[in-house]
Amino acid sequence: MIPAEFNYEVADSVDHALSLLAGYGPEAKLLAGGHSLIPMMKLRFARPSALVDIGRIAALSYVEQDDGHIRIGAGTRHHDVHHSPLIEAGCPLLSFTAGLIGDPQVRHKGTIGGSVAHGDPASDLPTVLLALDAEFVLTGSGGATRVVPASDFFKGFFETAIGPEEILTEIRVPKLGASSGWSYLKFSRRAQDWAIVGVAAIVERSNGGIGSARVALTNMGATPLRASSVEQALAGAERDAIPAAAAMAPEGTSPTSDTNAGANYRRHLADVLVGRAVEEALGGP
Amino acid sequence: MGTRRVSLRVNGVPQEAEVEPRTLLVYFLREGLGLTGTKVGCDTSSCGSCTVLMDGESVKSCTLLAVQADGREVTTIEGVAEGGELHPLQRAFQENHGLQCGFCTPGMVMAALGYLQKNPTPSEESVRLALEGNLCRCTGYTNIVRSILAAAPAMNGHAAAEAGVPGG
Repeated sequence: MIPAEFNYEVADSVDHALSLLAGYGPEAKLLAGGHSLIPMMKLRFARPSALVDIGRIAALSYVEQDDGHIRIGAGTRHHDVHHSPLIEAGCPLLSFTAGLIGDPQVRHKGTIGGSVAHGDPASDLPTVLLALDAEFVLTGSGGATRVVPASDFFKGFFETAIGPEEILTEIRVPKLGASSGWSYLKFSRRAQDWAIVGVAAIVERSNGGIGSARVALTNMGATPLRASSVEQALAGAERDAIPAAAAMAPEGTSPTSDTNAGANYRRHLADVLVGRAVEEALGGP
Repeated sequence: MGTRRVSLRVNGVPQEAEVEPRTLLVYFLREGLGLTGTKVGCDTSSCGSCTVLMDGESVKSCTLLAVQADGREVTTIEGVAEGGELHPLQRAFQENHGLQCGFCTPGMVMAALGYLQKNPTPSEESVRLALEGNLCRCTGYTNIVRSILAAAPAMNGHAAAEAGVPGG
């Protein structure tokens, strides 16, 4: 399979990429690792007029930290997120999940920013970043930046808050503290498959029970979703409240039916996986 | 749309070519350079038959544009043997019956080579995880995993010999 024709430009900086994007107009796309975009172009689901290659901008690949946050350059590859000691120490949920994406070859090319900007509701990282209350830094012309919280970022099926002349440049993740437990469970039938349903859970432990919980769902609607009813039911609860809370996981979701699973089965999986993920995040009795 | 000039090293040999931007790396290798050892299997970045090394890391050449390899060092299965001698990893596949039909083998060898070069003393479980991106429909993987585990010490000896380190 061969993509339709397109113009190709290599950007050597974010500014350069923005001016190339402006020049080619709204049918141009950014190319980072290309591991979501190129398959779609081969299938001709995507036919951009031009690709602006930001995959060679070394300044977009970094992992840094300050007191409360880890800051990850959008061009950082899944392989590097998975193996970063800083992320492992400050936010192990994120490094763990990066290691579940695709396979080693995919992780050598795919980037965290590419995965987020693509906005596929079956992707793992958007769900985890939503659960983590991450923030996304968008850079526009002249270097102007705005920061969008994950809760306002995912707008629809493959739709995000990124404007046509903006680039996602950084992902900021609050560090998890010593009292935080976490889990990401991904249900799929074969190695390297997308999640049929996935669940991210972060539990603030308090005296053996749950202080508060954050729970987010993969592939249960057009965007990653927070399971708000579950979170409310778990706030200040004990372990034995988990099954009843997990049963609320399908509330507010709109899963699709496809060749992998029907909507009802997805709702069932959300219930079961939320229960398991919260148990795992809470840790041993 | 035009063409673009790319300049890269493939199996140590400098190559320059004019390519359409939409040319996939695997077709550049197979049809442009005649290196047909790299296979196109699924063509959807699932099966790993097209795996090559780019700057020492395994990648799927059906999901990369040739222009993305501009300036890079690419190694294909044709670049693994040295001076007509099979690489220890290739020999291990032969000795351990690590293939049946052979279609997935170039990709398996390249994925394993990239992995072993960074993980010289692997466990069986880690080898199985390292092969997550490569499908084989003949062997059930058992002899592939066995081959790779057998190759690891042989490769360490190979590297030591290349570096002039005395054996023993």
